[in-house]
Amino acid sequence: MGASSTLLMVSHGHCLLCLLFSVVRFIYIKTFNSFDSFRIKSLPSLPSLSLSPSLVLMDRRFPFKVLEHIFSFVDSNEDRNSVSLVCKSWFETERRTRKRVFVGNCYAVSPLKVARRFPKMRSLTLKGKPHFADYNLVPDGWGGYAWPWIEAMAARRPFLEEIRLKRMVVTDECLEKIAASFRDFKTLVLTSCEGFSTDGIAAIASTCRKLRDLELRECIVDDLGGDWLSYFPETSTSLVSLDFSCLDSEVKLSDLERLLSRSPNLKSLKLNRSVTLDVLESLLRRAPQLVELGTGSFSDELDPEEIAKLTKALSELKQLKSLSGLWDLLPEYIPLLYSLCPRLTSLNLSYATVQMPDLIDLLSRCSKLQKLWVMDLIEDKGLKTVALCCKELRELRVFPSGADLDETDVTLTEQGLVSVSEGCPKLESVLYFCVQFTNAALVSIAKNRPNFRCFRLCVMEPFAPDYRTQQPLDEGFKAIVERCKDLRRLSVSGLLTDKAFEYIGVHAKKLRMLSIAFAGDSDLMLHHLLSGCQSLKKLEIRDCPFGDTALLENAAKLETMRSLWMSSCFVSFGACKQLSQKMPRLNVEVIDEHPPKTRPDSSPVERIYIYRTVAGPRLDTPEFVWTIHKSPEVGVSRLSIR
Amino acid sequence: MISELEMGKAESELELGLGLSLGGGTAAKIGKPGGGGAWGERGRLLTAKDFPSVGSKRAADSASHAGASPPRSSSQVVGWPPIGSHRMNSLAAKSAREEEEAGKKKVKDDEPKDVNKKVQVGFIKVNMDGVAIGRKVDLNAHSSYENLAQTLEDMFFRGNPGTIGLTGQFTKPLRLLDGSSEFVLTYEDKEGDWMLVGDVPWRMFITSVKRLRVMKTSEANGLAARHQESNERQRK
Repeated sequence: MGASSTLLMVSHGHCLLCLLFSVVRFIYIKTFNSFDSFRIKSLPSLPSLSLSPSLVLMDRRFPFKVLEHIFSFVDSNEDRNSVSLVCKSWFETERRTRKRVFVGNCYAVSPLKVARRFPKMRSLTLKGKPHFADYNLVPDGWGGYAWPWIEAMAARRPFLEEIRLKRMVVTDECLEKIAASFRDFKTLVLTSCEGFSTDGIAAIASTCRKLRDLELRECIVDDLGGDWLSYFPETSTSLVSLDFSCLDSEVKLSDLERLLSRSPNLKSLKLNRSVTLDVLESLLRRAPQLVELGTGSFSDELDPEEIAKLTKALSELKQLKSLSGLWDLLPEYIPLLYSLCPRLTSLNLSYATVQMPDLIDLLSRCSKLQKLWVMDLIEDKGLKTVALCCKELRELRVFPSGADLDETDVTLTEQGLVSVSEGCPKLESVLYFCVQFTNAALVSIAKNRPNFRCFRLCVMEPFAPDYRTQQPLDEGFKAIVERCKDLRRLSVSGLLTDKAFEYIGVHAKKLRMLSIAFAGDSDLMLHHLLSGCQSLKKLEIRDCPFGDTALLENAAKLETMRSLWMSSCFVSFGACKQLSQKMPRLNVEVIDEHPPKTRPDSSPVERIYIYRTVAGPRLDTPEFVWTIHKSPEVGVSRLSIR
Repeated sequence: MISELEMGKAESELELGLGLSLGGGTAAKIGKPGGGGAWGERGRLLTAKDFPSVGSKRAADSASHAGASPPRSSSQVVGWPPIGSHRMNSLAAKSAREEEEAGKKKVKDDEPKDVNKKVQVGFIKVNMDGVAIGRKVDLNAHSSYENLAQTLEDMFFRGNPGTIGLTGQFTKPLRLLDGSSEFVLTYEDKEGDWMLVGDVPWRMFITSVKRLRVMKTSEANGLAARHQESNERQRK
């Protein structure tokens, strides 16, 4: 990232421009010599050239067409953002060539501006609600409406082909508008969205002639029945991926069979739970080219003949790399999957309540596995097997099965994660739910695996100390942030004092996202984080005892971040007002049942959500969200359009 | 006025469908020693005292539990452990099924344990006719129909002067349950049928309800008829 961060510091004058010039010239020469595509990122650091007045005029020497061609090789949006800051002509050229637009917070900028800025936009990705909405911490009706975006794009960018939304409210009207407005619409991916029904999906299926991807991931859908599947016209053969795993109702088998038969390009199919095991064989027979399969329920009783047929159908999936679904997987059916194991790179068993011995049988055959999602039923022993057999593992997620509530013996401890960190050299991303942990384990893990990029540990007992030493887990997390220099994402838990956050502030320089719950002692904690973590973009905190001072002292930091969420902390309404008045380009949203006006300034607010924006306060807040107005006399405003 | 509201809500803090975590109590409710500094009369932050199973250095010496809610385990806190709602629902459905299958094999008299398991199913959607935005309520934190009706009335017909409730009207006591107001409370059960709330025992209701709807009485005529019919049948 050396070159692009250099590009950012335009204020440092023409010595930088000359470096840029050399970069551009390098690219220019490269492209016209070899026409290989590459990224600015991968350029080696270039020696600085001697200054010459003519170099400063370099942008006049490159006609628009040349710049455009060069920029067509710049893929990453971060690089493109940097490029657009260099000078006006680069800004203009970049914006005219950007095809994939990513907006991490839908309220940070207005849809109109985005539509106008990128005339060649083909793909739009938006994120709405804060991450903690996944855990019911953001009240219903908070916002994140997709409609203004869909409307704006429909009017101005009819050639839009791909829309990806995460945590947004999408209505049937949105879906109908998409279907009606974008002639070449190809890709719809909705993750954790809500507000629509299967009617909306039917509209997409029936109208988008070139539809390639239709993926509903963990959405909350008003399920009016399985008819939507029949709306794919008989002429549609373009489908590449279909994911309806979050829907409840049954689809008609014959519709699905016919759809599969006429979709030779289908690579990814994720069925919902109501697709029973006895029909799986018939579906797989019609789609042997699948690369990703999400089965339906895996628990019906099959007779031996059916089992044989299904085994054969599964073994025919020669390209299959990813397997998921597997609801209610019965142990006796695990051998059916053996033929797939050697090729699998991704396995999601997080809905399969399979016990450890059976899991071992399965996992010991998956030598190419890179991504494994599993429940804590795997236990330490099962994770030891993973450590032995899955040497390619990059991502591990272990979810709680709730079995600990039953007092049944599920022995998943910190040792499991230690084993995997020892045995899997490529492991870089972990999400681990565990009842308790130790500092020693964290230190071992950090020593074994300094290449972590994402480390999310959820010790499920709030305030749980190291269960052997009764000490806070400060030292453990210190080891993690000290050794894992590339850490981008961290979730901490267990008993933590301010010291832990001092360590994080000092060491976690590349950290972009941090999640904290039930931790810390005082304002110092927040202060350490905001003043220390240079790359911090998203911070979400719940139930921690601090707020005002640290927030106000580090106000400027908030403008360098995408967002800050704090709930059940000690942030007073007065501090929110001060913060908002101090920082014009932040929206300070108070989410509280009771109008802040009626309480003293010193009273704490239930939750605040602060994010940088160039769009000003939003106009669609519900009655329990107050955006603090910038001018002190107005105080609190709730501009809303009903 | 505010303190009244907060006092009244002290018990139902948990239940409000806004998914509020257990903060926002009153000074009276806190009862922690003032020496805690910042813990004074601020919002009721959950501390280690609330998780007595954990032996941390913050475990309470002062017996300030008197006015506070009973000790809870980590599974009763909103949004904790941080598992997405799809997974939560799947877990809850699984444990519900296991309970059914196990039948009454084990006689468990530790009620709190059962509540723990069911906590994850607690939130269901509530929609009201004429109101665009739906809300969620936690059923498990209610103990009776009256309780639930009160919460819903508060939610949709907010009483604070100066703030407009979701319907844009000011409150009148609603009486959702006795059919005397403009609205009735209905629910969709597991089979997809819409029924009037109040017919079945509370416990049975919470296991079979899928979602709630505050319907205009005029539209609920068909259901009312069924309600009367079943009443007549019962009387016979």
